[in-house]
Amino acid sequence: MAGIVSYGSYIPYRRLKRAAIGQVLGIPAGRGERAVASFDEDSVSMAAEALRDALKAAPSPAVTSLTYATTTPPYAEKLNAALVGAAAQLPAEIRANDSTGSVRAGLSAMLQAAESVAASGGQAAVALADCRLGAPEGKLEQSGGDGAAAFIFGTENVLAEVEASASLTREYLDTWRAPGERFAHSWEERFALTQAYSPLFKKIIHDALAKAKVAPGDLAKIVLDAPNQRAAEEMLKELKLDPAKVADSLALTVGQAGAAHAALMLTAVLPAAKPGDRILVATVSDGADAMVLRVMPPAAAFRPVHSVGRMVESKGDVSYGNYLKWREILPTEPPRRPDPDRPAGPPMMRSARWKFGLVGSRCTACGTPQLPPQRVCVKCRAFDKMEPYGFADRTGRIATYAIDRLAYSLNPPTVNVVIDYDGGGRFLCEMTDCEPDRVAIGDEVEMTFRRLFTADGVHNYFWKARPRR
Amino acid sequence: MASRGIKDRVAIIGMGCTKFGEHWDKSADDLMIEAAYEAYASAGVAPEDVDAYWLGTMGSGVSGLTLSEPLKIQYKPVTRVENMCATGSESLRQACYAVASGAFDIAMAIGVEKLKDSGFSGLVMTNPPNDGTPASMTPPALFSLLAPAYFKKYGLEADKGKDVLTRIAWKNHRNGARNPKAQFQKEVPLEVIKNSPRIADPLGIMDCSGVSDGSAAAIVVRAEDAHKYCKNPIYIKALSFVAGPAEGPLSQEYDFTTFPEVVASARDAYAQAGITNPREQISMAEVHDCFTPTELVLCEDLGFSPRGTAWQDVMEGFFDLDGHLPVNPDGGLKSFGHPIGASGLRMMYEMWLQMRGEAGPRQLKSPRLGLTHNLGGQPGRCVSFVSVVGSQIG
Repeated sequence: MAGIVSYGSYIPYRRLKRAAIGQVLGIPAGRGERAVASFDEDSVSMAAEALRDALKAAPSPAVTSLTYATTTPPYAEKLNAALVGAAAQLPAEIRANDSTGSVRAGLSAMLQAAESVAASGGQAAVALADCRLGAPEGKLEQSGGDGAAAFIFGTENVLAEVEASASLTREYLDTWRAPGERFAHSWEERFALTQAYSPLFKKIIHDALAKAKVAPGDLAKIVLDAPNQRAAEEMLKELKLDPAKVADSLALTVGQAGAAHAALMLTAVLPAAKPGDRILVATVSDGADAMVLRVMPPAAAFRPVHSVGRMVESKGDVSYGNYLKWREILPTEPPRRPDPDRPAGPPMMRSARWKFGLVGSRCTACGTPQLPPQRVCVKCRAFDKMEPYGFADRTGRIATYAIDRLAYSLNPPTVNVVIDYDGGGRFLCEMTDCEPDRVAIGDEVEMTFRRLFTADGVHNYFWKARPRR
Repeated sequence: MASRGIKDRVAIIGMGCTKFGEHWDKSADDLMIEAAYEAYASAGVAPEDVDAYWLGTMGSGVSGLTLSEPLKIQYKPVTRVENMCATGSESLRQACYAVASGAFDIAMAIGVEKLKDSGFSGLVMTNPPNDGTPASMTPPALFSLLAPAYFKKYGLEADKGKDVLTRIAWKNHRNGARNPKAQFQKEVPLEVIKNSPRIADPLGIMDCSGVSDGSAAAIVVRAEDAHKYCKNPIYIKALSFVAGPAEGPLSQEYDFTTFPEVVASARDAYAQAGITNPREQISMAEVHDCFTPTELVLCEDLGFSPRGTAWQDVMEGFFDLDGHLPVNPDGGLKSFGHPIGASGLRMMYEMWLQMRGEAGPRQLKSPRLGLTHNLGGQPGRCVSFVSVVGSQIG
């Protein structure tokens, strides 16, 4: 029996109110708000956050493969999954691949993971994330959202078994983006609606339910990643599905999060699911994928590290102006400071556990944790008596701080904090997702994986502190 | 194993210092030539009389050629040294040891920095290739870490703390207004300083030292030879320099209200000079006021004020030009400016002027013992230099 054994999700802290877009551009605005990856986040850093949560919540993580799915990979060449895995401290002995090219990359990666563990055992991790970028004034700018989800598939302690799945692949021109283009193009909406979404959704749901031998009325929850609300409504009527069972599309709070969206919606409904419940998950793009999940007894006791509900509530606004700067849609005057140096390959490889996993050291002679990892103990000066000691999952308190208005940032001012970790260890680093005026000595912080900057095409990932979410 | 010092074995017999500031019309070569020739003239020696040179610069050149080429130094040793913002003091220390050892009779220490040609605002440092993890904070942000920690530890409300910092800048500008070589020669009202644009809260632009170009030089000989050149030399009582283990960013024990490196170098310097009560025995001090909270903390680390009380001394005028222990009588980094490699020697230049009664409108009444303090780095991770000099032997 193969299925989900753990999951995590991630919604960035920042929200862009749709009304704020309308106000600046003088166009009609939708209701609600969309989640926005901060200036220091991307589809890799968010996937890493979700995967860390999934691993933390897993009863006995022993991952044997990792698939990273997104339509917005930070690297076109270079394995993005390797970065995600390094941040989540997965072992080297795993198979890893990137799955991209279409928003269905997310659900199809999940289906492949389920099939692979069913066939050959082990645990398959899937991390999905997207930063949906639409051109100003376009529909996607408002309807899109940023977020991530991650799952661990396995065959033991399964929370939700994959009872059946179905896939369809059709070639048609709906949404496309050539290499080097930032914004996707779309064909006329009626074409996709009448010729793709509606027929494909109907067929994929029918096929999946038939394979699972589940009647529409037996579904407890329907996770429908529908690019078009009207298509969804029509289809529900025709398939005799109860609209009350349809999961929150997160349209008003997060927006459509691309390859991560179906997965994110699923992580939002799983905490309330009861053993025996059946959940249908379906998505359409360049064809369609669907699966029927049966919720198993271990689900009753499972708690995600950060629930979607908690992440939706934990938020702060971003102005439309800052959003445009963060996405480099609005060019800004360069600072009168030198460009940051590209991080160097050999030092990054030498310090990979530190840089990507925030693994420091602990002196076995005196017990003092320290970071970055040291060879001579800062406290007792014992030489080469260190053992690895992770800080990524530790919380700490602010010992002092600096609000740097001179440093160049896409979101000035830069807040730097000195953190004293619970259990020992001190670190000086940047703090993100915070309101600078409210930072105070003694505040509690946790660590988050971020993209500090990009220089010469090299993304510099490292860790920052954030207020506890 | 001991730091024995070279008390009264070396004397400064001549000094030179350019005006500090934005020298758009002068290169680093021009600045070094000015400072060196002023020092030669001051000591009454010819360039060929100097046996060896120590050049301090952080980024205005590499190797001894940086100095020997423009000065046309005739096949003599020139050593380029670097120790961040304490670079100028480091060049002096090396030159003093060179003559004290007997290896040379006359040595010059010279520092220079040409900062205004970079096109960037603030100080720019280049780092070796790295893994992209070291924090990249600006200097004002690094030193601003002191402020909330100090305020909290000693119960100062944020506004009261800001007043203390403001008064430090006000005092240094007031002193600089009496100094024809300072970058900023204007008194600045308290409210202008307090309301200056924020750079790194609570620091405003007026809490920061001036980014400037400049050069300063000193010529040193063994003390017994000093009177051959000079009627009123000044004598080295102590030279201490320490590099810390950089515990601050690593250890929870460090609380950002002190520079342990400064405490260590002050202890060493006072032992060398035989000083037991610096608050009473030191007549004047030039300290590394790169940012106002630095000066506040230094006055405690150097033993001028008991812990937690420097802010009261600041407010009561204890460190003013007419106070009990004038600190930064020449205007300090704040008002004189901070061309990195030159600053440590600029501090010594004020000792030279004051002890010889040549400090003009800011002249102190017969100072006997003076202290210079120069540091490089950041709170919890720095190098520190302390010297004590005197007008008399003994």
